[in-house]
Amino acid sequence: MIPSRYVREIPQRYRLEGGKCLKCGHINFPSRLICPECKSKEFEKTVLQDEGKLLTYTIIRVAAEKFSQETPFAVGIVELNDGVRVTCQIADAEEGDIQIGQRIKLVFRKIQEDGKAGILCYGYKGVIVG
Amino acid sequence: MRDVAVIGIGMTQFGELWGKSLKDIFVEAALKATEDSGVDHIDSMYVGAMSSGLFVGQEHLGAVMADYLAVTPIPATHIESACASGGAAFRQAYLEVASGASDIVLAGGVEKMTDTSDVTEVLATAADQEYEVFHGVTFPGLYALMANAYMHQYKATREQLAAVAVKNHRNGAKNPNAQYRNEITPEQVMTSTMVADPLRLLDCSPVSDGAAAVIVASMDVAKKMKKNLIRVKASAQTSGTIALHSRESFTTLPSVVRAAEKTYTMAGVTPDQINVVEVHDCFTIAEIIVSEDLGFFEKGKGAEAAEKGLTSIECKRPINTSGGLKAKGHPVGATWIAQIIEIYEQLSGTAGERQVKNARIGMTQNMGGTGASCVIHILEAI
Ligand SMILES: [Zn+2]
Repeated sequence: MIPSRYVREIPQRYRLEGGKCLKCGHINFPSRLICPECKSKEFEKTVLQDEGKLLTYTIIRVAAEKFSQETPFAVGIVELNDGVRVTCQIADAEEGDIQIGQRIKLVFRKIQEDGKAGILCYGYKGVIVG
Repeated sequence: MRDVAVIGIGMTQFGELWGKSLKDIFVEAALKATEDSGVDHIDSMYVGAMSSGLFVGQEHLGAVMADYLAVTPIPATHIESACASGGAAFRQAYLEVASGASDIVLAGGVEKMTDTSDVTEVLATAADQEYEVFHGVTFPGLYALMANAYMHQYKATREQLAAVAVKNHRNGAKNPNAQYRNEITPEQVMTSTMVADPLRLLDCSPVSDGAAAVIVASMDVAKKMKKNLIRVKASAQTSGTIALHSRESFTTLPSVVRAAEKTYTMAGVTPDQINVVEVHDCFTIAEIIVSEDLGFFEKGKGAEAAEKGLTSIECKRPINTSGGLKAKGHPVGATWIAQIIEIYEQLSGTAGERQVKNARIGMTQNMGGTGASCVIHILEAI
């Protein structure tokens, strides 16, 4: 992975920074140049809520080569308290523990390794909080 | 816009074609379609392919295929819209003829998937790289997220998902071009290897090589060449959010709903008037959700309909008589062109053992990614 491609995503992946539309209040994650809700082009930086609920999930058992050492692992879609939805892994859970509707908190974790000599890639994963 | 007809079809066997190259299979299908149509030339061509660059390391497919098909210097363009590449290629051919710019255009699709080792990674490029794939999600994983949401919302069962694969294998067994011509049982589906819960191996369309092509022509040309006329009655293409998580619901596909509305309006028909339909069953759950989004079943009733056998060849609502992506195979770029070939055969009365009685109006539905793009056509025998 070219470092600049990774660095561009750091504000989103490390700090959950999104863009709040100044006209309609819709929060885009990642931030965009034009709001899909109202077409406004003005945004302010906002930090996402780090808690929400699990809308759906799956256990990945066959992965791309990059993730093949990690299987099985859980992936879900989490709706955060501010309405933003993200796809992420659900970590630290046994298979039977995960259920739709559970409360989830996003935490900072290593997501993948870019080959033997490449970047260690960090970002957010969800953990069950009850 | 003038009337447009499909006047020739050709496809390769779908499957693991180790002995044949990307170029070989496309040219084979294109030559068959050209010969079937009887035309002595084509004015231009479109090649639908999802990712020949990653699968085979070959881009610039328009030129490559025009060269090997020996039709240079005609315009030849590669069209990409993930799994909807073939549908998008056909739509460009349709528009070019409908506009009057050309009279005879070839629309083909091809994918050579067995020339690469990490098919999962290549297919995942149809999703959002930074916000979905970065986290390790695969295509079966994304459809599994939909399946879980659907089963949770509508209390659908594992048996109901399996019914789709069983029916499509039953149809595929009657299709000489299908990759899998074996029937399977619900038990086999439900005990096959888990890929992404709740989806198992036999819920998933396979990795395939294959190519398909059709000749699209103005009605004037068609009338000179053919007795059986198959008219393109409606054509629509839509886009949607690239990420599944950006959608309000994970149990409906807005791009499919909108494209369906457009085609029904353009064709002046209702879902009840469609006699036969090919849908994009990349996974069993996809056929169920799409069968609802196309208006054939109420929301939440598609799974039950599949289990009751309402979508089999003999019933009122035959879906995927070809065997679908599941049994016929899913060489991504060729998939939609093969769908239209099935509908062409059904409307021409040449579908053999798979023939739906008195089929006059047929529909094809093709989508890219998790429904970030969708192409639908309605064809009619006149
Ligand atoms: Zn806005």
